[in-house]
Amino acid sequence: MTGTSEAGDGRIGNWKVGVVTSIRRESASGRSITIDVPRWGGNIAGQHTDVRLTAANGYTAVRSYSVASAGAGDRIELAVDRLPTGEVSPYLVDTLREGDELELRGPLGGWFVWTPQQTESVQLIGGGSGIVPLMAMIRSHEASGSTAPFRLLYSVRTPLDAFFRAELESPSANLEVTWIFTRGAPSGWSRPAGRITAADLEAHGFPAALSPTVFVCGPTGFVETVASALVALGHEPNRVKTERFGGA
Amino acid sequence: MTEHVDGNALAGPLSDLFTFDPTTASARCAGCGDVSVLARAMVYGEPDTFVVRCAHCDDVLMTIVQTRDRFCIELRGMTWLKIPR
Repeated sequence: MTGTSEAGDGRIGNWKVGVVTSIRRESASGRSITIDVPRWGGNIAGQHTDVRLTAANGYTAVRSYSVASAGAGDRIELAVDRLPTGEVSPYLVDTLREGDELELRGPLGGWFVWTPQQTESVQLIGGGSGIVPLMAMIRSHEASGSTAPFRLLYSVRTPLDAFFRAELESPSANLEVTWIFTRGAPSGWSRPAGRITAADLEAHGFPAALSPTVFVCGPTGFVETVASALVALGHEPNRVKTERFGGA
Repeated sequence: MTEHVDGNALAGPLSDLFTFDPTTASARCAGCGDVSVLARAMVYGEPDTFVVRCAHCDDVLMTIVQTRDRFCIELRGMTWLKIPR
């Protein structure tokens, strides 16, 4: 496949070979994976990458993963949740080891992104591993010293399913984090376990009157429920950016 | 496959063919006239075939079929595509 060769013309679509430098456990089914990708060239918070696996018989599978890191440089962090029926995520979570090579192309997508030049209030709403691109925005926000007010609503099954838990439990001064537990909340938690509702968005999100930019990422059903509720609460649809993911 | 994703998923596959970012390109739906960035479109059938539907009226904007030796792109559902330079 000469069109996608390593010796190509530097197009984003060219596949690059990265080397895994470290793997960290985020949850029972989740891992964050740090990869050195020569000629990656940095990325904006919220962008994603495609990962390609090739079997011995030449069969390939390509899936998209959000990048949890942001900024210049050729070292990136992904965070992946194992989907039992997935073709790629079980390999990334269970088999991949430090020192292994991985084919990637990117950074991809310039729409679901946040840059430090943005000064307006930002509401982040993540479901499950939908936290990953939002984490890149949180890190970019902190690293740039941005004073834009940030709020995160993070919906996960239980506290043990949370990615980046330690980082999110001690947020920076301009970030407020609200946890939504859908299956099991810690004892003494005031909100009973259950899926995110319009009442959660109203109680903990920036009000529509403030015209925040809203980023919503998660499984398709989660994103559509949240986006509809936001519009019903008066948020301008054009200020609500969404990214859905399926089973990978 | 019944669960759809959105036009953000087009960025990688179309990077094989084009130098522009499809997620920030805006299209006018030939069915209802709605103008929106492709990131907001609904995408069915990934990962190898993409049926891209208007988020407003659900008409098909474009179809992309990838096989081992070719891409086929059908575009009649959009009147135009505007690509930021």
